[in-house]
Amino acid sequence: MGKVLMKGNEAIAEAAIRAGCLNYFAYPITPQSEVAEYMARKLPEKGGVFLQGESEIAVGYMVFGAAGCGERVMTTSSGPGISLMSEALSFIACAQLPAVFVNIMRTGPGLGGILPSQADYFQATKGGGHGDYRLIVLAPSSVQEAVEMVMMAFPLSEKYRNPVMILGDGLIGQMMEPVEFPENLIVKPTRKNKWAANGMDTRKSKKRNIVKSLILDPETMNTHNLLLKEKYDQIRKKEVRFETYNMTKPYKVLIVSYGTMARVCKTAVDLLKEEGIEVGLLRPKTLFPFPEKKIREAAAKAHCKMVLSIEMSMGQMVEDVERSVQGKCPVRWYGKCGGEIPPPKELMEMIKGLKL
Amino acid sequence: MSYIFAIDCERCKGCGLCVNFCPKNVLEISDELNKKGYYPAFQARPGDCIYCGSCYMMCPDVAISITSGNIKRKLKK
Amino acid sequence: MGKTFTRPVALSEKDTHYCPGCTHGIVHRLVAEVIDELGIRGKTIGVAPVGCAVLAYNYFSFDFMEAAHGRAPAVATGIKRVRPDLMVFTYQGDGDLASIGTAEIIHAANRGEKITTIFINNAVYGMTGGQMAPTTMPGQKTTTTPFGRDVEQTGMPMKMAELLSALMTPAYITRQTVISPKYVIKAKKAIKKAFEYQCEGRCFSLVEVISTCPTNWGMTPVEALSWAETTLLPYYPLGEFKTPDSQGGNDAA
Repeated sequence: MGKVLMKGNEAIAEAAIRAGCLNYFAYPITPQSEVAEYMARKLPEKGGVFLQGESEIAVGYMVFGAAGCGERVMTTSSGPGISLMSEALSFIACAQLPAVFVNIMRTGPGLGGILPSQADYFQATKGGGHGDYRLIVLAPSSVQEAVEMVMMAFPLSEKYRNPVMILGDGLIGQMMEPVEFPENLIVKPTRKNKWAANGMDTRKSKKRNIVKSLILDPETMNTHNLLLKEKYDQIRKKEVRFETYNMTKPYKVLIVSYGTMARVCKTAVDLLKEEGIEVGLLRPKTLFPFPEKKIREAAAKAHCKMVLSIEMSMGQMVEDVERSVQGKCPVRWYGKCGGEIPPPKELMEMIKGLKL
Repeated sequence: MSYIFAIDCERCKGCGLCVNFCPKNVLEISDELNKKGYYPAFQARPGDCIYCGSCYMMCPDVAISITSGNIKRKLKK
Repeated sequence: MGKTFTRPVALSEKDTHYCPGCTHGIVHRLVAEVIDELGIRGKTIGVAPVGCAVLAYNYFSFDFMEAAHGRAPAVATGIKRVRPDLMVFTYQGDGDLASIGTAEIIHAANRGEKITTIFINNAVYGMTGGQMAPTTMPGQKTTTTPFGRDVEQTGMPMKMAELLSALMTPAYITRQTVISPKYVIKAKKAIKKAFEYQCEGRCFSLVEVISTCPTNWGMTPVEALSWAETTLLPYYPLGEFKTPDSQGGNDAA
């Protein structure tokens, strides 16, 4: 199959189906409703499950139930909906269930607006729900990458028995781009999950399975949290993904940016290069785990005078950038979060105006 | 047909529902504590038992069993 | 051969944490007996609520999931939709089902999820320490209605079986109780019907069970039974509010 022109939201839905996810629960919310609409059309013919829940709260737990009996399952939403699903996310993470959540971000806080933003960085990477848990957070910067990340998200969530979140901004969901669907990415069916509560008849041993997140004994709770921490530490070690751009040059300024914003930054880097100004760009593809080490090393170069966190949010990722840079050089934030995306020219003027 | 009636006195929480519903007034609450600290029910007048199962029906702790076999009162340890 | 009475296999050997005289234990046993009789233990998934029955998964001997407060019907929906071959039931209390989980139960019922819900109504929050539930009786004292439930402030108790039977979709809605052996036998029949309907692929069924909470009512277990009879039953009439044959109607049988 060659390239096809597809809207991001529909490409995300198609990618999930091709990854062998035939179970999808959702509640409509702009700017991602096309995922649900596409699933509603396609899943019945594949013998899959499409269900529109009564709220994102319920949808979160439908995902819990489906994942708890060992089936591959996905839901998609946007910030306000993810807020409601965050309760279930905490339960799913504690019960160690694999599931894929997609957040096509709109502006916030509150009802906010329906235009693209990256305002849910904290929500995705620092919790959102209660308790000590982490999501694996993947941040695509093109429709093609969204497809690849969705297909990667299922095996990743199953490997670590942890929910994975695709954090895309509204632009990723709404724009049309040519995409190519990778072949042979369908991973084996998940029926054999030994931990799943899918009926004692499904296993030879008469052991019963319980999927739960209630742990009353303090010692057991602590042990469980340590086990989760160990898992998150493994994820930090093994699953960091990022892209570097123009970082072999002696850049004075290093930009850290992700998603659609990083694409605009890339153009700005190219245009500045034409004017003889070298700027490096590091684009995290995983927001958790965050490419801390790479950023620290890149910021520690003698020629690097400043690190810029450029976001469609009011200074969220910059906290992780500061944490990564560890004072090796000054860190500044630049961004917009009303639904407009800062154009390359604006970024160029801003960078040229920096006192280095 | 004969039956074996048994109360698992360690499972019993002494709520007294079985005593209350016994149509033949067979059961009473013991004045000896079990390991959990409850006063369990026991068959004070086993000869009067008609094995109707009312006590089993009302026992929230499934501490009572009535099985077929020789008629005798059996107290599980 | 006459009838014998022994612990059902679907019930685990574990002692419950319930207070003496709490009728949860009776309803657990009835559910387990029904599961044994239908021979469905190997393909049944129970969904536990938040409330006193939060640990219900310890007391049965088959696969279980433990949901968040009120969300059991959504979890059960997720299970049943992706694995229609499994028998799925939720076991919920009145705080869980009638307060925080109202949306979930109404929509699961209205979608006609092919699940069974056992709804324990004892007119009070148990686990959190005896606070007012939506089902608490007018004037009933709880820790959050220390002067008795004031219906001017909090409305009248919610009749969930009636409310749900106003929906067109559900197959079987009934209210039972376990306050005496006679009622226990009836309640078991209703629970069995509800599971049988699920086995037959009929849609949503709910068995409300009027229960007691001696501890939070401040009564002995026997006093609690008679309070349930004299105070709860007149307000919460027993009966079948909806059967598959009457589907669409809501006449109490």
